[in-house]
Parts: sequence; C-alpha cells; structure tokens
Amino acid sequence: MIDRVRKSSAGRLTSRLLAAVAAVGMLGMGTAKAEDTFKIGVVTFLSGGAAESFGVPAWHGGKLMIEMLNEGGILPPPYDKKGFGGMTIEAIPVDEAGGATKQVQEFRNLVQREKVDAVVGYVSSGDCLAIPPVADELKAFTILYDCGTPRVFEEGEYAYVFRTAAHAAMDNISLAKYMKSRGVEVGTFAGINQDYAWGQDSWADFVASMSVIMPDATTDTALFPKIFAGQYGTEISALIRDNADVVHSSLWGGDLQAFVLQAGPRGLFERSQVALAAGDHVIPQLGNKMPDGVIIGARGMNGLSAKPKATELTDVLWEAYEKEHDTFPVQAPFRMWQALLGLKTAVEKAMAENGGTKPTAEQLAAAMKGLEWEAPSGTIKMALGNGHQAIQPNAIGTTKWDAETGKMTLVDIEYYAAECVNPPDGVKAVEWIKEGFPGAKCD
Amino acid sequence: MELLAFILVDGLIYGAWLFIVSVGLTLVFGVLNILNLAHGSLYAIGAYATASAVGAYFALGGDAFPMGSYLAMVIGALLVAVVLGPLLERGLLRHFYDRDHVIVVLVTYGVFLILEDVMKLIWGVTPLFVSEPYSLLGNVELGPLFYVAYDFLVIAVAIMSGLAVWFFLNRTRRGKVVLAVIHDREMSQTMGVNVDRVFLVCFTVGVFLAALGGALTAPMISVSPGIGVNVIIIAFAVVIIGGLGSIEGAAIGALFVGIARAASVHLLPEAELFIIYLVMAVVLVFRPEGLFSKTEARKI
Repeated sequence: MIDRVRKSSAGRLTSRLLAAVAAVGMLGMGTAKAEDTFKIGVVTFLSGGAAESFGVPAWHGGKLMIEMLNEGGILPPPYDKKGFGGMTIEAIPVDEAGGATKQVQEFRNLVQREKVDAVVGYVSSGDCLAIPPVADELKAFTILYDCGTPRVFEEGEYAYVFRTAAHAAMDNISLAKYMKSRGVEVGTFAGINQDYAWGQDSWADFVASMSVIMPDATTDTALFPKIFAGQYGTEISALIRDNADVVHSSLWGGDLQAFVLQAGPRGLFERSQVALAAGDHVIPQLGNKMPDGVIIGARGMNGLSAKPKATELTDVLWEAYEKEHDTFPVQAPFRMWQALLGLKTAVEKAMAENGGTKPTAEQLAAAMKGLEWEAPSGTIKMALGNGHQAIQPNAIGTTKWDAETGKMTLVDIEYYAAECVNPPDGVKAVEWIKEGFPGAKCD
Repeated sequence: MELLAFILVDGLIYGAWLFIVSVGLTLVFGVLNILNLAHGSLYAIGAYATASAVGAYFALGGDAFPMGSYLAMVIGALLVAVVLGPLLERGLLRHFYDRDHVIVVLVTYGVFLILEDVMKLIWGVTPLFVSEPYSLLGNVELGPLFYVAYDFLVIAVAIMSGLAVWFFLNRTRRGKVVLAVIHDREMSQTMGVNVDRVFLVCFTVGVFLAALGGALTAPMISVSPGIGVNVIIIAFAVVIIGGLGSIEGAAIGALFVGIARAASVHLLPEAELFIIYLVMAVVLVFRPEGLFSKTEARKI
C-alpha cells in the first residue's frame, strides 16, 4: 500500500515535472525570440517608368529603415526596440512591373511559397485594386503603402488589407485651398493630366474642389496626353493659347520632368500659375530647371514640406537617407516609412495582447484596425474604410531656388490637418467635395 | 487664323520628330524586309549615348563653346550606329533572313528586351538630363506663337535626313544598287551585287537614324528606362500609313499624324490618342498597302 502510494506520489511528481517542462517548452516555442524573423514581401516598381520616381526611392527608404530597425536603438522611441517586437525583419523585394495579373501571381508566391508574414507594397492603382480580394482569399495581412485611388475602400471591404497612406483626393482639395488662402487670382484654369485613372481622377477632384472653393473660376481646357508620352509641344501650345490663370497637373516621373523641361523655355510658367499635385519628387533631378513660383504638393507632409515640421524621427531618417543616397528623401520613402512604422506598431501591439508571440494575420489585422502612430509625415490615423484606410496631414508649398546653397526650397508652405482635407468615414471623397466638405476640421 | 497657325506649326514640329524616329524603321523594312521591333531600343540608346556624350562634352570644358554640344549629339548617334549596326546585322539578323517574317519579328523583339536591360546595366535607372542644347538657340516669337528655336532645328534635321536618304536612293549609283536589291534580291546577287554589304550598310544607316531620333529627343526629356516603348508604337503607325518601306510615305504619314494630332489637341483633346489610329484606319481602308506602297504580286 505504502509502495503504491509512493509509486503514485512519484508518478504525480513526474507528471507534474513533465507538464511543467512541456509548458516551459511550449512557452519558449510560442514567444517571439530575438532569433525569430518577421518576413515581409516588399512590392514596388524596381523597373519601368515608375521606378526612378517612386519604386526605387521607396525601396531605398524601406531598406534603410529595416536596417535601422534590425540594428535597434537608432530610431527614437517608440521605435527604438529591435526589429518588430524583437524579431529580425527579413524583406523580400519584388518588382511591381508587369501588370496586375503578374502581381497577383507574385503575391501568391510571396504568401504560399515564401510564407511571408506580411506584404507591404503597390504603387499602381490597378495593382491596388487587384490584390485585396486575393489577400482576403489567402488570409494574408497586406499593407497598400502608396497607391492613390479612393476606390479600394470606397467600393470594397477587406479583412486583411490596409492602406497606410491617404488616398489622392486630399492632394487636389489642398491645392484649391492653398490657392484660395494665398490669394491666387483664378478666373480660369486649365489642366494637363495623364489619360488613365490617376490623371482623370486628379482632374475631377481638382475641378470639383475649385467649384466649391473658388466657384467663379471656370475651365475650358483639359488635356489628357497618354502616359509616358514624353512629347508635350502641342499640349504646351494649347495651354499657352488658352492663357488660363492656373494650369493644374498631376503628371509624375519622366512625364513631369519632360513637361517642365519643354514648358519652361516656352514661358508657360511665366504666363500661368502652374500647380503640380504631386510634383515634389522631380525636384532632386530637375534642380534649378524647376522654375520658381510653382505650387507643389507631395501627397502628404512629405519631402521638403516635412523638414520644417521635422521631429527627431524625421531628422534621423532624413540624414541617413541623404548620406546614403546623396539626395534628400521625396514623397515615396516617406510613404514607405509610414507603412513600416505602422506595421511595427501593429506587430508590437498584437504581441502585447497575445503574450509576446509572433502575431497571426488575424491578430495583426485586429491590431492595425483604427490604429494611430507617428511617422515622419505626421500622425497617421486609420480612420476611414472601417479602420482600414489612413488619413494624414498634407502640405502645399511654392518652389524657390536658393542660389546660396544651390538647392531648391519650398516657401510659403501651408499645412492641412488630416481631418480638414479627408472625408469622414463612410463618405465618398467626390461626394464630400461636392457637398462642400461637411464636417471638415480645419485649424 | 491664330488657331490654324498653332495647329500647322505644332503639327509640323511633331511630324518632323515622328519622321526622324520612323524613317530608319521604314528604310530597314524596305531593304532588309524585316520589321525591326528593336528600333525603339535603338532610339533609346541614341538618347542615352547623347546624354553621355553631351554630359562629357560639358564636363571637359564645353561651356566655352556650347554649340559644340550639337556635334557631340551627332557623334553619340554615330557611335551607336557603328557599334550596334554591324553587331546586330552580322551577328544575329543575317541568320534569320530566310526564315518566316514572324520569326524575325520575334528575334527583334528579343533584341528589344535584351537592349532594354543592357541600358539599365550601363546607365542605371536614374534619369539623365542634357537640356542645354534645347535652350541654346533661344526662342522664336511669331506673333502670338512662341516656340523654342530647337523645335525648328528638329524640322530642319528631318528635312535634311529625308532629302539625304531620298537623294542617295534615287540619284546615286550606289542608291540604285540598293533599289535593285529591294526590287529583287536574288537577281541582284546574280548580277554581282554584294547583297550582304548592302544589308549591312542599310541596317547601320537605319540604326543611325533611330539613334539620331533619340539624340534629338534627349535634350527635351529626362532620359530614363522605357522611353523606347512608346516610340516603336507610334513609328509603326506612321510607316504603315505611309506604306512599309517608303521614305516618301513615312514623310507624308508623319505629317498627317502630326497635323491630325495637333488639331485634335487644340480642338478635341479627348480624341488625341484615337485620332492617330483613326488616320491609320482610314488610310488602310482605302489603301491597305499604305499611301506609297505599291501592290505586289504574292510569290507562291
């Protein structure tokens, strides 16, 4: 009997010890350790027409930030912890060139073959519309970091997809507000925008904004050259002949550079006030070939307009980027940075809630929904699309060449609160503009 | 009246540029009977070579005589032709002359893809700027019309290129030899014509004209990857309108497209893209072989 009891006690002790060891083991398995990695697929244009303006600078910025985060302690709090919640970040870059069908295949490869924990990507609006249904089908946590089309969350609803940059409506609302507040006299205005969704939507948003903010202004000329046209001589003639007070354009990359190079010598910039919705990214390449007095946006408080409001975070990233690439960061790296910092915040929030283990896609999505975090481009709030679409502050300025430093600067910068130039949740941007911006919270 | 003047001048400038970028394509088709899809890449390489040549010119003290940059542009285009013309024709294309047209088109498409990557390897993806030659000649003000004088230089180069090619083909002995090869390759060979050399020279001239188009365009744009893609599409539209292989056809086709596009931009901007292909469709309805191509009996 005593033997049985002893045996029984010994058995219980053994069982308890085994259970404790197993529990410790399981705890060890479940907790994210320093040697764990968090794999992200980074999809952006590494070749093609959008590479040098958006894709490559974004990847440069992303790579730089990932290296800094993996090093740990370089960025100021709350981003000083190593990697994502202690996990080393491993990035797999993928070229976005090739169209939406190819990108869907690449996305499946990243999720199913590479087993990434998250995908951060997409500049093209076409890709941003094609990827979300697949992301939800595969239950893959995905951040759209750059594209501008409002349609993603105005026309769809996705559980695993988030966009960490504001959609494009605020660019043109801000331009119209800027011209009003700076006293630009606008009797007539004309536009030159590329003939695809981005150009057409930008022009529509600008026309709608002007009809509310400067209702007496009229427009006769709206030009839509095809993307990557390169030759704008005839369009410039049409704009000169129209002699509008303001010329609006959302051209970007090589198209914008060619337009500025061709329109400058023909005096368009002296005849009309030119307003470029997203023109900051060509400043490093054009230098003093960009005329003075051009009104410029950067799709957010990005690039040169971020510098006057710089925080310690902005300065650290700005200086490191400038040192490594011999040029200042324009809008694309800023959007990549806000995406990665948002992802870091979401991962660490999810880990705080799940006991410190690497979060699942569901846990990440729950943490990201409605999240707010600080970025070099200001406070990012996932305020639209039921917590899946970001809003952010915007800034518009005017170019001025500084002969002393040999650098282009932005002067007369005006800043717009996120809630001032973005619609409230559940309201489509175009409708909000046409209704006169109800509920806008401007300073 | 002012509007008409704008349309004509804009149409002429755009047409002149179109002619320069498409005349090499039609020459190569006329002589070698191949559709060279790599033409767009050769144009782009011409632009890159010019950017490098002009950049080097100014870096080596060209500021003292900036007009010399125009010579640097021509030298850049010549270098491209001298290096790539023989390399592509002797090294690759001659092996496919007896193959089906589709095979040759696929081969030149392959060359196009390879050259696009070669450009990235050599010049990277960062755009290059050589805008100095664009503003060197000053501006031209014709009443309400305000243009850059460089635009008229493009017209002059287009006219000179067209006349030079036409004169060579129609008024020189060597040109008549080329015409004989175009008319009947086998008969010319039996008559003692060195057809291989004719092919080599004509292809190299075609490469030079493509590169010259790129060289003239480089000061107006940011030279970056992908600039050759759109050019090949528009160049094909022009040579199809004019008739494949016809120099006069390319000139008239370029002028038609240039003026039609200018009229559209000024009067009906929404139709800017459509109008080029409308012109092509209308021409092909009435002249399926193009404006200047003669109908040929099909050899069976």
